Amino acid sequence: MTPLSQPTEPPALHDRAIDNLRYIRETMERASAFTAVPGWGQVVIGITAIAATVVASRQATPRAWLGVWMAEAIISLLIAGWSMDRKARSLRVPLFSGPGRKVAFSLSPPMIVGALLTVALFRAGLTGVIPAMWLLLYGTGVVTGGMFSVGVVPIMGLCFMLLGAIGLFVPASVENWLMAAGFGGLHIVFGSIIARKYGG
Amino acid sequence: MAKHGALRREIGKAQTEKQKLRGVHGGAPHSAHEIDRMIHERLRLGIISALAANERLTFNELKHTVKTTDGNLSVHARKLEDAGYINCSKSFEGRTPKTEYSLTAAGRRALERYLDHMEALIGRMRKT
Repeated sequence: MTPLSQPTEPPALHDRAIDNLRYIRETMERASAFTAVPGWGQVVIGITAIAATVVASRQATPRAWLGVWMAEAIISLLIAGWSMDRKARSLRVPLFSGPGRKVAFSLSPPMIVGALLTVALFRAGLTGVIPAMWLLLYGTGVVTGGMFSVGVVPIMGLCFMLLGAIGLFVPASVENWLMAAGFGGLHIVFGSIIARKYGG
Repeated sequence: MAKHGALRREIGKAQTEKQKLRGVHGGAPHSAHEIDRMIHERLRLGIISALAANERLTFNELKHTVKTTDGNLSVHARKLEDAGYINCSKSFEGRTPKTEYSLTAAGRRALERYLDHMEALIGRMRKT
């Protein structure tokens, strides 16, 4: 028994207290790896992506097609942010604790590269390559970010990369379906698995 | 003589306090100033911390998180369950048995108390 009312504690106790707090934080961070990616949020993003595919396929110009997917990207980011925040709150863990921060930092560079390449390819008139490039870069980000999460997340990233690789060698008419299969189908399938197995 | 008597009384008090902490059940503390021995043990503290960061964890996820063996996890999880700090639910996924753990409200309060206690200890040492 070590009552706090005693005037002094030996230094070892102080060190042990710091060590215990560190251990609690590290254990919570390890456990948070199971929770950093919001499963239900991904399912909703998948549904909006399928809707975006339908709308985008009816556009007459590449500019309008790109506009639809840009709008979808913004909607997806908002859904992802909201669902991550909601999940973190429900589990009473900080949104940007260790694993969450690592996932965000790993995902950001490929997203920024994707945005820059989109502008460059669009200006060069190479819009047919854009879907494959998005799938490849998003997959890359999910694989690297997923290293700090459960095993199913990097597998999802690899599936995106596979679809992106296929997209490089198929006619432009098929690419809309690859977008639906990737940003729609993969998000719904893997989101459901994450939601059921890893707490929402 | 009076001095010796006072000393004996102080030693007696300290021994009583130690006995309280080493209590047979090792459960919840008797006052806000006592360390909760139930979660002061390293592995049990790990189990509680992991479950505080996650709504539910399966036996294998928990084992992976706290890096321990099946036997150790079973023993310590049972102690926490008996203390009312965690819940254990058993089910089947197909033909495979599945054990899931979650933190109870009492478990979360115990962890919060423990964190307060550790922070208070550190704060006191920094002042001195």
